Formats: sequence, structure tokens, C-alpha cells
Amino acid sequence: MALLEIQGVTRRFGDFAAVDDVSLAVESGEFFTLLGPSGCGKTTLLRMIAGFDLPDAGRIVLDGRDLAASPPERRPVRTVFQSYALFPHMTVEGNVAFPLQMAGVPASGMAAKIAGALEDVRLTGFGKRMPHELSGGQRQRVALARALVTHPTVLLLDEPLAALDAKLREEMQIELINLQKEVGITFVYVTHDQTEALALSHRIAVMNRGRVEQLDEPSRIYGQPATRFVADFIGQCNLLSGPVLDCSGGVASLDVDGVGVIRAAAPAAVARGARGTVALRPEKIRIAASVPAGSPDNHVRGTVADLLYMGDVTVYKVGTERGARLEALLANSQSGRAQFFEVGDAVEMSWAVDAGHYLAE
Amino acid sequence: MRRRRIALWTAAIVAYAFLYLPLVIVVVYSFNDSRLNAEWVGFTLDWYRKLLENDEMIAAAGNSLLIALVASLVSTALGTMAGVAMHRYRLRLLPVLVLAPIAIPEILMGVALLIFFVLLNFTLGLVSVALAHIAFCIGFVAIVVRARLAGMDESLIEAARDCGATPWQAFVRVTLPLIMPGVAAGALMAFTLSIDDFVISFFTAGAGTVTLPLQIYSMIKIAVTPEVNAVSTLLMLLTLVLIVVAARISPSLLRTR
Amino acid sequence: MDAHRPVSWRKWAVGGPPLAYLVVFFAIPTLIMAAASFRSPGEFGGLAPLVGEDGSLDITLESYVRLVEGTVYLEVFVKSIAYALVTTLACLALAYPLAVLIAQSPRKYRDLMLLLVILPFWSNFLIRIYAWMIILGPNAALAKAINGVRAVFGAEPVSLLFSSFAVLVCLVYVHLPFMVLPLYANLEKHDRALLDAAQDLGANAWRRFWRITFPLSLPGVYAGAALVFIPALGIFAIPDILGGPNDTLIGNLIKQQFLETRDWPFGSVLSIVLTVAALALAGLAAWIGRRGSAEVARA
Repeated sequence: MALLEIQGVTRRFGDFAAVDDVSLAVESGEFFTLLGPSGCGKTTLLRMIAGFDLPDAGRIVLDGRDLAASPPERRPVRTVFQSYALFPHMTVEGNVAFPLQMAGVPASGMAAKIAGALEDVRLTGFGKRMPHELSGGQRQRVALARALVTHPTVLLLDEPLAALDAKLREEMQIELINLQKEVGITFVYVTHDQTEALALSHRIAVMNRGRVEQLDEPSRIYGQPATRFVADFIGQCNLLSGPVLDCSGGVASLDVDGVGVIRAAAPAAVARGARGTVALRPEKIRIAASVPAGSPDNHVRGTVADLLYMGDVTVYKVGTERGARLEALLANSQSGRAQFFEVGDAVEMSWAVDAGHYLAE
Repeated sequence: MRRRRIALWTAAIVAYAFLYLPLVIVVVYSFNDSRLNAEWVGFTLDWYRKLLENDEMIAAAGNSLLIALVASLVSTALGTMAGVAMHRYRLRLLPVLVLAPIAIPEILMGVALLIFFVLLNFTLGLVSVALAHIAFCIGFVAIVVRARLAGMDESLIEAARDCGATPWQAFVRVTLPLIMPGVAAGALMAFTLSIDDFVISFFTAGAGTVTLPLQIYSMIKIAVTPEVNAVSTLLMLLTLVLIVVAARISPSLLRTR
Repeated sequence: MDAHRPVSWRKWAVGGPPLAYLVVFFAIPTLIMAAASFRSPGEFGGLAPLVGEDGSLDITLESYVRLVEGTVYLEVFVKSIAYALVTTLACLALAYPLAVLIAQSPRKYRDLMLLLVILPFWSNFLIRIYAWMIILGPNAALAKAINGVRAVFGAEPVSLLFSSFAVLVCLVYVHLPFMVLPLYANLEKHDRALLDAAQDLGANAWRRFWRITFPLSLPGVYAGAALVFIPALGIFAIPDILGGPNDTLIGNLIKQQFLETRDWPFGSVLSIVLTVAALALAGLAAWIGRRGSAEVARA
């Protein structure tokens, strides 16, 4: 049985369902992420697990015990808040000692536990400092130490890295992964940052409008998005939609408006005449002046409309002859890169039949 | 540009002079060796000495201090509760009753309480004045405390609960220490308001009880003597100390009124 | 914030005591006073018995009728409103440049400059009135100088003290901080870029003030006006101490009813009308202020 089970949980604010009949299960020792845009219900769900909010329907079961009747202080979960919520009138030690004091840990055993928790987050020697004397990253780690010192069953993290700058964020991501491995506590992590989710998680639940759109491992979320929303939300994606002309041997042909007939790997069950969508990542598209005749790949001609030089890569926005727009991405480090195109250049794009991912509509 | 700044500064200096000149004159004349508040004759501490020999004045000051002490203690407790309740819960009547005594003309509260006490056959005196002062100080304390709470990160209380604290423990260990500067500043403010109050005391004190402002009133109604200068100077000094201390505790206090 | 509804016992445990106190010592006295305004005065002050000897109930509009019957009381009301209005305008004229200057000063000086505005307000109310008794006294330099000049032209000496002039000066003095604070709070929020933009578009200093700064500061002006007007309307100590025989304002009238003639019903009527008038005029100012700022926002 899973450690934490969310069973048909719904939370309404007036007419608006912030969380709408969500069911999912988190395994013990897992790094589980709730990912979605702001307002998708991920934070509301997290707050219900912590006990700051109650579901209108459904159950939250932890270790086989329904949490409905337990106020926040009686749940074996701890939260790391987005603002860190360090008590400004207490030292670092005071903050970390607080949950121990509340749990009635005898004073004799307290010092060792505090020292251990601070060591876990590499803050040994900072115990006497006040929160306002610490940097953002250090505060973050105090918040982690405070949450972990009583060894909760589940640690909830609410966008904990959102307030840090990009470089520090990456460092903290690596630290979080290592810390989770070390302490072996189940993490439930909330974020709107898809790269963070992909980098950290064992499994991700992508949420939209109060529902879970897809629950999967990061590589499958990225490579095989289940819905248009997931494809669009996770990274950049060309969504090519149209009626299915033919489907045989695991390959479907779609007539895409503005692009023409393309072929894509598809499950056998796709019926002719149904509408389908192919999600095609920009980096899967090759750009060249022309594609050699007889190539089995999809190819379409167009003109470079815009380009964004990003340093490591260049993003091309290419208008097709029939008025559609595709986005392609070229790594600049590629050795022997054929050519660098300018706005207005005529180009031909091509991609393998199995490069895109077929979505039924 | 330059001319405009000079004009602004001139206007400001006039305004500041207008604000301070009267008070300075009172202080200066309290050391003046003349019965007339007309021109500087020489330095003396006689008026302060006379003040200390004036039993009525000493008694009035004692009454004022006693009332202010009781009124500030009780109104700080009640005002803090009101501030917390207004911040945390939806109570329709409480904000109205807390703010109304501040928003309406002071005299209304004075006469309403006069009628109330007399109809109840409640003897007017120290107790009735203190009860009245508490009623109008609650609002000032509540406003300062609520402002303090509004500036506090709500997730701190959630963090305390998350760490295993009951609502009461969270209040005692986290909320209360964080709003303490507001509570202390509110208490000092209540003390100052009470010790300075004239209008409400005037109606609720009755014939036999005299507070310091009431004593000053009757003195200046009869005759202006430099003794009033001396007591005024001392009272200003006390207020100044209280306000400076309050402002140090809670700098935002100065903008709440 | 607490998910574990119901919390109503906690709500009443915290809010209940101050609520109860204010109900007993503010709401009920105010309602009793409102009720008293519909009663007759007692023979020896206070109220007449509710049930008379002949068994009739003592409920009457007599005191309200008395207020509007003659012109005497209405004149006092008009005079009080006029005094309060003059006070408000004078405060505005004195406070505006000061508030502008504070708002434009470097941040580190602002708190001190504000503190200096507020400090006199915290000194005792009576002391501030008393100070003007000294300044305007017949032996003080000001009166001597004015009467000296008058003597040159053969005019009779005048008394500055116990006059409308004394009352007005002191009204302005006592209420000035109430005007500076909201004005400053408003002006401080103005975006300097607006003035730069106006200058860039060719507006001179005069036009920049009247077309940008002043319209944007109207909410502050109205807030300050309400804060000055309401207390100024109900004042009784200042005319009582500094005024002459013609300076009887509503506040003095109310004081008389309660402490001298002991006519509670009429005193209550005056208090109620005073409060309603003050709140209505302040509400009107707030309404105009909101409309004004909405217009500014639309423009």
C-alpha cells in the first residue's frame, strides 16, 4: 500500500473547484512533485495534506490512517514554506528546537538533535544567528532543518526555491536531491517550474484546473505527454493537429492545416477520420537549405520569420508556405553545424516519423 | 526651481514656528521670575517649588496617574484582544464599536456616559473616569495591534502549527512575541491619552474628583499664573518621554493617528 | 486561517470581552442618549419620570421642535459650521506646503520632520489652549504692538484674547497635524515621473502643480478635511477659554445643557444633531473625494 493516498479529494471556493476529484498515491521514499501553472490547485492540495485546509469531499490517508480529524500539529508531516516562515524572534537553534519542544523532547537530548539537523543542511556553527542575518539560501536550509529535525513521515515543500536566484536555485536543487537520498523521507514538492520538476522528481503529477492531467516519470512526461496541455506546458512544443487520413503498421498520416500531410508513429487503435495531434519538440526538427530527395522523414518548406539567439542554442520560428508556424531549435555547439540561417532565408525542415508523439483528441 | 524651494521652506518654517512657539513660550515662562506672562524678568524655580507645595495639584496628579495606569492596563488587554479578533475573525459589530469612539466628536461620548452613569446611580468619580477612558483607549490599542498583525507573515503561524504547536501555543510562542512592540506602544499611547484627556473627564468626573487637566482648566478659568506654566512643562516632558519611548518600540505608531 | 472549523468559541473568547465592554460603555450609553432626546427634562435636572402621575408615557418631540423653532440655536449651528470650515481651510493652506516639503525631502529626514509635526499634538490639549492665552494676553508683546499701531491712527485698543480671532487661531493650531498627516501620506505616494513627464511635455511649475499634483492629492485633502472638520465642529474648550460672549458654539451649548441648565433631553438632541451633521459632512467630503479621484483616474 502506498504511504500517502489522496482519494477523490475536492476543494471548492464558492463555485470554483480549486481541487477537483483528485486521486493519487505517493510511495514511501519517493520524491513526488505536483507541477502546474498558478491556480491549478497544487498548493491547495498541499495545504490539505498539511492540514491548513480541509477537503470538501474525499479522503487523505497517510500510513493507512485517515487524516481528516487531525489538526496540523497532530499530523506526522512537515512543511517548508515558500517564504521559509522562520520565526524572526528566535535564533537558528531556537527555530530548529521549536518542533522538538512542541513534541516534548527532553532538554538533554535536544542539543544533539539540533546539531545533527544543522549538519544535515551544512549549517553547523550557524546556530546562534538570527534569521535576518542569513542569506536566502541559508534561510532555506534552516527551514529544511526545522522541518526534518523530528523525522516526519512526509516532507511537503511549497515552491521552496522560488525566491532564490537562478544560480543558487540550481545548487539547492542538487542539495535537495542529495538530502532526500540521505534522510530517506518522502518529499511532496510543489512547483510551477517544469525544469525544476523534471530535474528533481521521481514522479510528477501535472495539474491543470484542479485536476491531474498526467502522472508519470519525468522522461515520459516530457517525451510522451498525455494531453495537449501537458505537451504545451512542459517545455516548448509544436502541436500539429488534423484529421487522420490513414493508419497502418503503427504509422498514422494526418492532414495538418498549413503544413500538409505528415506521418507519425501512433497506436494501432487510431481510426481513420478521427482528429489527432502530434506533439513535436523543437529540438527534434532539423533545418537545412534542402532535404535530399527520397528521405523517409517528414519534410516541409518554409521561410525563417524570426530567430532568437540564446547562446547555447538558436530558436528559429519558421513560416510554412501555407501559412503555419513551426518552432525549431538548433544547438550552437553542434560540431560542423551546417549553416546559420538569417530571417528571410528559405529553409526545409525535416523530422523522423517517430520523432513526434501522437495524442488522441 | 530654486525660488520654489525657498518658498516651500519659508512656508514650512512658518508652520513649524506656529506649532512650537506657543509651547516654547509656556516652557520659558515657567522659569520666569514674574507673576505676569508678559516679559522675561529673570530665572527662577519658584513656580516648580510652589507646585510641589500645592496639595490640590499633587492630589490631581495622583488621580490622573492612577486613572491612566488602570485605564492603560485594561484597555491594552481589551484592545489587544480586539485587534487580534478584528484581524483573524469576521466580526461585524466589533470594528464599528472599536473605531466609532475615535471617529465621532469626543463630547458625544462624554455626555452619553454622563447620562449612563447618572441613570444607573453610579457615583461619578475616579472609577467612572477610568471606565470612560478605557472605552476610548481600546480603539487606539486595537488599531496599532491590528496594523502589527497585518504586517506579520501569516505563514509563521501555520509554520508553528506545522511544527506541532496547538493554536494556543502558536499564539503564545509566535504571535504574541511578534506583536509585542505594537502592544507596548499601544499601552504607552493609552497611558498618554488618558493622562491628557480633558473632554471626557470633564463630563464623567463629577464634582468631587479632579484630574490634572481638570485642575489646569479650573486654574486658567480663574487666573493665569506661572504655576500653570510649570505643571504644563512637567506634563509635556512626561508626554514627550512616553511618546519617544513608544516611537522607538514601534516606529509605525506615529502614523496611526 | 484555521482549517479546523468550527472556531466560533475561539472567536468569541478573543473578541467577546472587548465587544462586551464597548457595548456596555459605548453603544448602550449612546442609545440611552438617543432615547433621552425624546423625553422631557425632569424638574430637578435629568429626565422626567417615564410614566407620569396621570399615567401618560413621556415620549415627546418637544426638544427637537425647540431646536428648529427659533433661530437662536440654528444660528449657533451655522456659526459652528462656519468656524469649522474656516479652520479646515486655514489648516489646508498651512499644511499643504509643509506636506509637500516633507514628501520631497530625503527619506532619512522625513520621519523626523513628521515627528515634529505630531509631537505638539501629543502635548496636553489644555496646555495648547493655555499657551494662546499667554500669547494673546493683553500684556503680551503681540497685543501691545497691535494696539500701539492702532493708537497711532487714533483707534481704540482691542483685546485679542476672548475674541473670535483667538478661537479661530487656536482651532487651527490644535487641528493642524490632522491635516498634515493624510496630505503627506498621499503626496508621498506620488510618482515623481509624472511631474518629469509633465515638464517634458512643456508644463511649467505652476501648471504642473494645478494639473498634476493637486488633483492627485485630492483624496488626501478630503481625508484631512474630515479629520479637522469633525473634531472642530464639536469643540467646546477653546471657545470656553479663549472666546468672547459671542463665541458660543454647539459644544458650549451642549455643555450648558448638561452642567448648567441640566436639560438632558435638549442636550441629547444637540449632541445627536452635532454627530449626525459632522458624520454627514465628513461622509460628503469622502464621497466627493472618491468621485474626484475616480475622475482623475478616468482622465
